[in-house]
Amino acid sequence: MATTHAAPAASADEHAEHADHPTEKNYWVIALILGVITAVEVALSYIDLGNAVAPLLLIGMVMKFFIVASYFMHLKFDSKMARRLFISGLSLALFCYLGVFMMFRQFGPRSDRQDIDLIETGVPQR
Amino acid sequence: MTAVAVDTSEPGHGADAHATDAHGHGHPPTNTGLSNDKVAMWAFLGSECLLFGALISTFFLYRSRAPLGTVKPHDVYDIPFTSVSSFILLMSSLTMVLALSAFNRADSRRSMVWLSATALLGATFLGGQIYEFTVFIREGMTLKTNPASSAFYVLTGFHGTHVGIGVLMLLILVILIAKGRLTPARAETIEIAGLYWHFVDVVWVVVFTVVYLLPL
Repeated sequence: MATTHAAPAASADEHAEHADHPTEKNYWVIALILGVITAVEVALSYIDLGNAVAPLLLIGMVMKFFIVASYFMHLKFDSKMARRLFISGLSLALFCYLGVFMMFRQFGPRSDRQDIDLIETGVPQR
Repeated sequence: MTAVAVDTSEPGHGADAHATDAHGHGHPPTNTGLSNDKVAMWAFLGSECLLFGALISTFFLYRSRAPLGTVKPHDVYDIPFTSVSSFILLMSSLTMVLALSAFNRADSRRSMVWLSATALLGATFLGGQIYEFTVFIREGMTLKTNPASSAFYVLTGFHGTHVGIGVLMLLILVILIAKGRLTPARAETIEIAGLYWHFVDVVWVVVFTVVYLLPL
């Protein structure tokens, strides 16, 4: 029976998006990868690699974040609408708090020491 | 928004428009192609990014601000213990997707097992966090010790509260399935609860690295 209604945005491309949905076996492999990345991160925090530690840890964190969001949250296979909603919140948070960081750097206490003095004595030290 | 004539006899647009495919994806007759519940959950998770972004930023700004002689979070961390907790929470995401997968196959019994396992792993993580807090307090780092400790407890406490809510949600799902009030036809309910659970996991991925592992 043919009727008229607002067409859903879901279309052929959405079916295509669902095509390569992970299997249960894939989920186990993904969990294993996540476990390995976590183990590497923990090992890195014990190894003295100087300034390289922080970027490596952040790379591991971003990888885990996107693996969980893409495969476990099905963001990779879900509709574009879901992706946009989540990414807009994430981007807004990133921009907003990077702005806050820069503001604090520009106008906040000049050093941690000054802030600590303020806590200890109640007056900023020079 | 334009109304377009659609032949509902076409697969995916007919009376079975709400029905889910093998992977739990249906195409409800909404303009977004997603059910309103799912859109609401994604919008909620987007807003949660802002909440946790604020808490993580606050921790970053205050993590080294502590008067001399007071205990800072970095002085009391037990990295091996927290690493095990993190691994437990990561694995709970695996059990959650397996629960959804089983439910999509109409295997309610296995789905209940995986959901219970997820709740158990979540509760274990929560127990670990409570134990960690009591150890930290015994070592002299309370909520009011210094700005760094306040930021630490507020961030991890908020996350723990989210885990607690998630565990309750999972237990309610198990009860509903056991009573036959949640059938595979409504698999999206599990999918939506799963989205929340994975988000909680993803937040911990960031918190674990930023709070515990990154050097001062």
